[in-house]
Amino acid sequence: MPADLFAQALNGLAYGVLLFLLSVGLTLIFGMLDVVNLAHGAFYMLGAYAGLSLIAGTGNFWLALLLAPFAVGLIGALVEVSCLRPLYRRPPLDQVLLTFGFIYLFEDLVKWIWGGRIRSIPPPDLFSGSISVLGAIIPSYRLFVIVFGLAIAGLLWLLIERTRLGAVIRAGVFDAEMTGGLGININFVFTAVFAFGAALGGLSGVIAGPIQSAYPAMGVTILIPALIVVVVGGLGSLKGSLVGSLLIGQAETFGKAWLPDSYMLIIYVVMATVMLLRPQGLFGRPLK
Amino acid sequence: MTRRLLGLALVVVALALFPLGAGTYPVKLLQEILIWGLFAMSLDLLMGYAGMVSFGHAAFFGVGGYVAALALAKSPGLVSALVLPAAAAGLAALVIGYFSIRVSGVYFIMLTLAFSQMFYAYAFQVSWLGAEDGLVGIPRPVVPVGSVSSLRGFHAYLLAVVTASALALWRIVRSPFGHVLRGIHENEARMEAVGYAVDRYKLLAFVIAGVFAGTAGSLYVQFNGSIGPDAFFWKTSGEALLMVIIGGTGTLGGPVLGAAAFILLQSLVSTYTERWMLILGMTFILFVLFAPGGIVGALRGRVGLRA
Repeated sequence: MPADLFAQALNGLAYGVLLFLLSVGLTLIFGMLDVVNLAHGAFYMLGAYAGLSLIAGTGNFWLALLLAPFAVGLIGALVEVSCLRPLYRRPPLDQVLLTFGFIYLFEDLVKWIWGGRIRSIPPPDLFSGSISVLGAIIPSYRLFVIVFGLAIAGLLWLLIERTRLGAVIRAGVFDAEMTGGLGININFVFTAVFAFGAALGGLSGVIAGPIQSAYPAMGVTILIPALIVVVVGGLGSLKGSLVGSLLIGQAETFGKAWLPDSYMLIIYVVMATVMLLRPQGLFGRPLK
Repeated sequence: MTRRLLGLALVVVALALFPLGAGTYPVKLLQEILIWGLFAMSLDLLMGYAGMVSFGHAAFFGVGGYVAALALAKSPGLVSALVLPAAAAGLAALVIGYFSIRVSGVYFIMLTLAFSQMFYAYAFQVSWLGAEDGLVGIPRPVVPVGSVSSLRGFHAYLLAVVTASALALWRIVRSPFGHVLRGIHENEARMEAVGYAVDRYKLLAFVIAGVFAGTAGSLYVQFNGSIGPDAFFWKTSGEALLMVIIGGTGTLGGPVLGAAAFILLQSLVSTYTERWMLILGMTFILFVLFAPGGIVGALRGRVGLRA
């Protein structure tokens, strides 16, 4: 296999893993709360900017990687408790629209605090160079992203499939009302899941920082690929989110290399194909 | 009914006379409001009457705009300005609608969103549509009755087109067809069981909404003299949704008020503070939380009027 082809595949994998970190929060929130969280891109953006400030303040990337998701998760919890909770009895559209309003709010807040220009975020010293893998030269930070993202995927799988909390979440995704009826504090679980999803969005923002830099429109830009991943993989499906991310990551990266004039269309073609053949997505529950 | 028509006539006369007493900037704001108002009304036909929430309505706005730009550059007549854009947008709506109406709810939102983004991606990259920069320097049409190149001339022309479109939409929602749409909104399964071909009604509503959205897009090009890929971007669809919600869904008049609120907020607040997006976002959040009926709903509640 030619080296540059392999390098492309690795780049696609890094992008796919990044998309996974982002879309898994989106799909968790949807699965549990039935909310298409359009502000998820905003959480990603907030994570990147929080990371930027934390790195500048502490000089330590790893500390930022740990703390920024907490901050974003807290913001997520506030949003859920104050604004989303009163809307669960309303038609689902109201919640989608509410999150659309938050896009404006957060984007402008970020411009206010950090200014509107692009801010680059340095990778941690440990991964600032490039290394050669089977003849392909790739930035070592991207390798770190791949390993880190896959490790998070594994941890998430353990959390959801093997812990009591995960069992509650799975039950809530299946039937939230019934789960509440069994004595689980479903309000708390909703808040926790939303905050956790937001924190994952923030985490992906910190991770994306050294690759994509931080700029106010980054959330709006990444939201569409993330939504496509969720639709391709199947709404609410964790496995679908992983497979969809890797698929879209490769499609986008190879599209850029091979069809530079129309690569932006490729992910939509992938999505349209999946939707026509399997409307519920690759791993989604069948539609009613 | 007659009182309403009379009220509408009064509003139209007031809007028509507006340029006589106002400067260039307010008139341009009003024109922008009329264009976006028409766009929002077309979305309201889908949302408020048929209960189909589309997050991809910008697709038809953009198709109308780009087709108008291409056609007007070739021959600046009324066919290029109004007929072709509306027809092209209707055709696009037929294709997108055919695939989208098979699903509903969240899937419908996502599918329409993705389709419109597909247009965005295409317009952003191909050179014959000007790629990132879009198409610029588009001439205004030559209209038989007078010149529309002046501010006042264009105002009269714009107002005529928007009023005619609004009346048409008003007729449609009051027709038996409009009642079937409302029935589908209320209870789709029952309408199906009673024997209505629900999918065909939904598709037709989607196409009609597309036609009027395309007209709005075309008017936007004639107003601005240019159009870029952002016309297709999902935020354009989102903004139209915002206008409909702020104004009040299922009212037709509401979305125009919503468009007015949106554009005035955007232009007036931005002269005082850079933070207009923040204020817009908060306004919108407050409306969703506390006034789901929008401006019209709040007014009705206050005055005790019924629909």
